Amino acid sequence: MPADFNWAIGGEAGDGIDSTGKIFAQALSRAGRHVFTSKDFASRIRGGYTAYKVRTAVDPVQSVVDRLDVLIALTPRTIEENLDELHEGSVIIYDGERTTMEDVEIPEGMIGLEVPLKRLAEEAGGAIMRNVVALGAACEVAEFPIENLDSALEKRFGSKGQQLVDNNKEAARKGQDYVDEEYDHEFDYDLETTDEDYVLLNGDEAIGMGAIAAGCKFYAGYPITPATDVMEYLTGRIENFGGHVVQAEDELSAINLALGAARAGARSMTATSGPGIDLMTETFGLVATSETPLVICDVMRSGPSTGMPTKQEQGDLDMLLYGGHGEIPRFVLAPTTISECFWKTVEAFNLAEKYQTPVYLTADLSLAVTEQTFSPEEFDMDEVEIDRGKVVDDDTISEWQNEKGQFKPHAITDDGVSPRAFPGTVDGAHMTTGLEHDELGRRTEDTDLRVEQVDKRNRKVETARSEEDWSPREFGDPDSENLVVSWGSNEGAMVEAIDLLEEEGVDVRFLSIPYMFPRFDLNEAFEDAEEVVVVECNATGQFADVVEHDTLTRVKRVNKYNGVRFKADELAEDIKQTLEA
Amino acid sequence: MSSEIRFTDFKSDKQPTWCPGCGDFGTMNGMMKALANTGNDPDNTFVVAGIGCSGKIGTYMHSYALHGVHGRALPVGAGVKLANPDLEVMVAGGDGDGYSIGAGHFVHAVRRNVDMTYVVMDNRIYGLTKGQASPTSREDFETSTTPDGPQQPPVNPMALALASGATFIAQSFSTDAQRHAEIVQKAIEHDGFGFVNVFSPCVTFNDVDTYDYFRDSLVDLAEEDHDPTDYDDAKDAILDGNKEYQGVIWQNEESVPYGEKHGVTEDMSQVDEGAPEGAMDLVREFY
Repeated sequence: MPADFNWAIGGEAGDGIDSTGKIFAQALSRAGRHVFTSKDFASRIRGGYTAYKVRTAVDPVQSVVDRLDVLIALTPRTIEENLDELHEGSVIIYDGERTTMEDVEIPEGMIGLEVPLKRLAEEAGGAIMRNVVALGAACEVAEFPIENLDSALEKRFGSKGQQLVDNNKEAARKGQDYVDEEYDHEFDYDLETTDEDYVLLNGDEAIGMGAIAAGCKFYAGYPITPATDVMEYLTGRIENFGGHVVQAEDELSAINLALGAARAGARSMTATSGPGIDLMTETFGLVATSETPLVICDVMRSGPSTGMPTKQEQGDLDMLLYGGHGEIPRFVLAPTTISECFWKTVEAFNLAEKYQTPVYLTADLSLAVTEQTFSPEEFDMDEVEIDRGKVVDDDTISEWQNEKGQFKPHAITDDGVSPRAFPGTVDGAHMTTGLEHDELGRRTEDTDLRVEQVDKRNRKVETARSEEDWSPREFGDPDSENLVVSWGSNEGAMVEAIDLLEEEGVDVRFLSIPYMFPRFDLNEAFEDAEEVVVVECNATGQFADVVEHDTLTRVKRVNKYNGVRFKADELAEDIKQTLEA
Repeated sequence: MSSEIRFTDFKSDKQPTWCPGCGDFGTMNGMMKALANTGNDPDNTFVVAGIGCSGKIGTYMHSYALHGVHGRALPVGAGVKLANPDLEVMVAGGDGDGYSIGAGHFVHAVRRNVDMTYVVMDNRIYGLTKGQASPTSREDFETSTTPDGPQQPPVNPMALALASGATFIAQSFSTDAQRHAEIVQKAIEHDGFGFVNVFSPCVTFNDVDTYDYFRDSLVDLAEEDHDPTDYDDAKDAILDGNKEYQGVIWQNEESVPYGEKHGVTEDMSQVDEGAPEGAMDLVREFY
């Protein structure tokens, strides 16, 4: 029996795939099992193939693999789409009475369980519960105690009344009983439960939660896949902490609203995806020049233009590092796991305020929309620290005034950081602008002042380089001569790939880089390495280019850009071949 | 402190670089008078502007100020006001800034009805780029980029505002100092988005919409039988293509500003030293 269990439900968009998958994932999580989910969805509201996949084990899981043990197929296409992941002994649950599924053929070697999902659901109180019947059937196949499913159903439907909860529980039991009675088969799965309590969340939710934890009070955004979940998470929650969400008319407005709130002293954020970053780039320069602390989150998807909005890619790095006219200091943070989405968001707010600089926080679609289980302690709120940087008040502002009593918001300092006075501070009234300016914030074209202000802003990066910890996350064998470097969501697959490689006799040292700028100095690691492989989800190797630039060393590249995240087993194979090449 | 505030306290020590005779001098003076008259002081006032001649206003005024990018001053102003409702927020723009590149933001700022004041310095020309047609230029107005005139009807900003659900629409004339300040003051006092289109003549590039033209043609609504709280009266004045009006044209007395409607009334600038109290509940939600 394999250590992990891989399950999926697939059908057409509109079939309730997402909520059904989530209920099953929650049932597993509540049963003390680790869960990692992935979604395969198309950019349409109804129709088209869509699937929700769950990988679960007692030990932590942090990637997907090329294997599917139990599949609930609501359409024939669901089977076709997953053929390469299904294997001998895979179980396919389907409704043979559904018109489109009547003539479906179960591939040889696999076990087809024909369950009248709709009919049983109607018996339990309504056809709409057919997916829950299927979940009950899956519980029987996997010998998973159905009480855990009950608990997830209560969470999902509890607010809609006990009757609905009871009907759903009944529907699940009908599915379970049907399989038990009709099929005389010992399945090869037995999902163990534990006493652990896990939380299950995705990267967008972790970013939203991190924002509230960091004291973010203002969010403005425009809906865009796959960043919208951040706004949806904050809406209805941030108000409980004295904050507010504005749905703007476009991304140009969103970043300007957020900029205004930040100037007023609020911790402020916007989130979008690549096309939105394009639009925000105009104001990004203003944010940087006016030295306004702002967190701008980019949840990457496939580009360019509208590309593949619902698919994975890490193609925005160049834009985040270099986008915008003129030269602009900025920080670029790229969380590598879902829990890091939380912690890096907190850090982003601190860096933004300490250095009065815009901070790009970039996640990719795979981090944003997939869910993973964690111990709640992973998000220990007592560990959250807030650093607001050099804020002056009515009493301290005089230290930063000139001889005429005028406040100097852009004072030249050794560390490059100037004082901040929130509006309302007595005798702090000042100007700020995207034009080059003097210490008072007033426009200047004076050549010396220009150089002083540019140097001052750039000095913040040097200060941050020496004062902050830009270390990567390290895995694998620290003494290995094979060095793998990656960023973003690839970490999970790579960490599992390390074990698979080890089984094949290949050892690697793996550095997962969470800071794109400023960056960890890779030179020392490179000196110790014989071979270096950079793994990323794009075609041109944007991060590999950066790494080569930093180290003046050629690297090998593993790139994936078909819109699908790396799978652990596939990645292990790619790395092995690349090292051997 | 506010009782001692004079409008000159809102003046900075920078000399404006507007052309001698520019309407923007009067527009700005009226704004400063209105701010002083409504009991504000520079430390509780935030002025936002975009690009162009109008965009320079934050430099010449003394207050908290941000000079932003072209056309996007309104969302900045809304962000400032929502984050700290104790501030008096005034947004200044030009006709290009407000009705061309920023037209989308204008419509939605009007809809949003955040309690702030929007003053548009309308000179019906692009001045700082040296004389091209603006969205309010006349159809036959010859410029360097429109030698035969734009050949498109000008935008009617007040009609745009009214159609978008404006709660306060006014128009004034920069050189009619007393009246202009009084109109801006009413906009500040309005609960919601106070929109004032100000005729602010460009003496360098616009020889059609001149001081003389406005002096001769402006009709003051205070001297007419006009009720600004009557929607039909407002609509008739706004859609009357034959006359230019000054005064408060429309005021919705039922206006509830965004902040009040959405419960955004607290200063957001203060943050706890660690995660806010109750933050662990956010984690528990994910069980």
